[in-house]
Amino acid sequence: MEQDITLKKEGQGLAFLKPLVAKFTPKFQKGDLVPWLKKTGITLLSILLFLGLWHMGSKALYNKEANYKIEKALTEQGQAAADAERDCIASGESSCQPNTLPSPTQVWASLQTLIADHKVITADKAAFNEKMAATNAKLVAKGKNAIVYTGRASFVDIVLTSIKTVFAGFLLALLIAVPIGVVIGLSPSLRSAFNWFIQIFKPVSPVVWYLLVFMIVKTLYIGDSSDNAFVISFISVGLCAMWATLVNTAMGVSSVDKDYINVAKVLKLGTFQKIFKVILPSSLPLIFTGLRITLSVAWMVLIAIELLAQSQGLGLFVWEEFQNGANDSNAKIIVAMFVIGIIGFLLDRIMLSVQNMVSFNKNEGV
Amino acid sequence: MAYLELNNVYKSYGEGDNRTDVLSNINLSIEEGEFVAIVGFTGSGKTTLVNLINGLLKPTSGEVLFKGEPVVDTSHERGVIFQNYSLLPWLTVGQNVYMAVKEAFPKENKAFLMKRVKDYVGMVSLTPAINKRPKELSGGMRQRVAVARALAMNPEMIIMDEPLGALDALTRGNLQDEILNIWSQDKRTALLITNDVDEGIYMADRIIPLKP
Repeated sequence: MEQDITLKKEGQGLAFLKPLVAKFTPKFQKGDLVPWLKKTGITLLSILLFLGLWHMGSKALYNKEANYKIEKALTEQGQAAADAERDCIASGESSCQPNTLPSPTQVWASLQTLIADHKVITADKAAFNEKMAATNAKLVAKGKNAIVYTGRASFVDIVLTSIKTVFAGFLLALLIAVPIGVVIGLSPSLRSAFNWFIQIFKPVSPVVWYLLVFMIVKTLYIGDSSDNAFVISFISVGLCAMWATLVNTAMGVSSVDKDYINVAKVLKLGTFQKIFKVILPSSLPLIFTGLRITLSVAWMVLIAIELLAQSQGLGLFVWEEFQNGANDSNAKIIVAMFVIGIIGFLLDRIMLSVQNMVSFNKNEGV
Repeated sequence: MAYLELNNVYKSYGEGDNRTDVLSNINLSIEEGEFVAIVGFTGSGKTTLVNLINGLLKPTSGEVLFKGEPVVDTSHERGVIFQNYSLLPWLTVGQNVYMAVKEAFPKENKAFLMKRVKDYVGMVSLTPAINKRPKELSGGMRQRVAVARALAMNPEMIIMDEPLGALDALTRGNLQDEILNIWSQDKRTALLITNDVDEGIYMADRIIPLKP
């Protein structure tokens, strides 16, 4: 009996709050606001925590390196040199700054620098094209190649090159892996014929794929002075990334629900009808899971391959900044890291929404 | 000569030690226009028997004769309603039926096929749901689509493999009447496989028990 009474009281308390809650949540469904606030709040909080830890970590590393420099000056050159070093570091003079993990503020500043740089280069490019417009028109009229801007690439150009490479590689992977996957999925004997091939080449490292592609493309381009870095890098990316799609397509096609196959048999569908009307639609979810993995692998191996192929993309940018060793190089590398991560995340989201659009069991993959 | 005849049919799966006999020495004959029910426990080989008759499986020994000819493959003459509906989930109700109709009448034009689809979907009273996908339908509605799909192909014989097995008692009763109603219109030969004796008694002219 006592329990009943307390329960009733609680109910009354909530009922009293209801109109108030409703008043403050006009746009949300009932009860949506609190979970939403909680979710975004937690995300924001974790971002802040991350930034804080990063800041403290970089500060500690900075101090460690600064102290070491001062110690070293003291033991090697005496007190005067140590004082000079300390003053130099405190003054922010770029020549004696410790070169370590940059802090969030430095990375933010580098991002601003890169954007400003992009604006300068774009203006340069526009001015160049304007200046050369008349000359180029004459050259084209004579049947010669127009003169193009060959100056430094801006950060945005670099990112676009990388995205272009990944899409070309992804497309190549799709065009190779899906048809082969369907064929070997349909035929158990072809599956066993291809199995060793897949098992052996799947774990091969991106670097080795790059070397293989380089060997072949270099010979194919022999005597041709045009830049083959883009071709090499997108083919290597495609070859590295296609395995997930190949395996998933073969699995999806070979494991179509027996009921659907029976339906196809009872309706007496022809081979092509059976493949396109029954087998492919039913294996689409698995094919798309494979394509999603392929895209994320492609984006991941891209950096290493661009670095090796000297293709003007993010991979080369990161490596050149590291070799460069300028004062803000480390910060630029971290900017590139975030850009890579964010673009990878966006690509995955795009693939997920395409998957949900085309596949029949919606909201299954997250 | 009977319309459908099974003579000394044996069916076993596996080889050697793993061999399990599912059906042994089945003899059965069904006349044209008859409604026959085969009743048996789960695991007594009912579905295997159905698949032998519709041509999805071949007997280990013995023969299955349909109109005097041995059954070697599936045929549009024998329409099948599967136990678990077997609708293609990526197609709508109309598309599921259309696919079957198109295969059954390859020479007809699209208008004829569409009309046939609409007629049969209307016959199982699913016209309002013609553009819905199987997932959006209840179990009973799905099975009605399967009935429409099988009948729209205009088969000479209709084979039903526990068509109402997954439905609740009320829906079951309604669908039994509906199927009987449709069947009585043109009296095709029908074979009903079921685990429910009452259902067999209610629907069929003749009941054959299948012992495990």
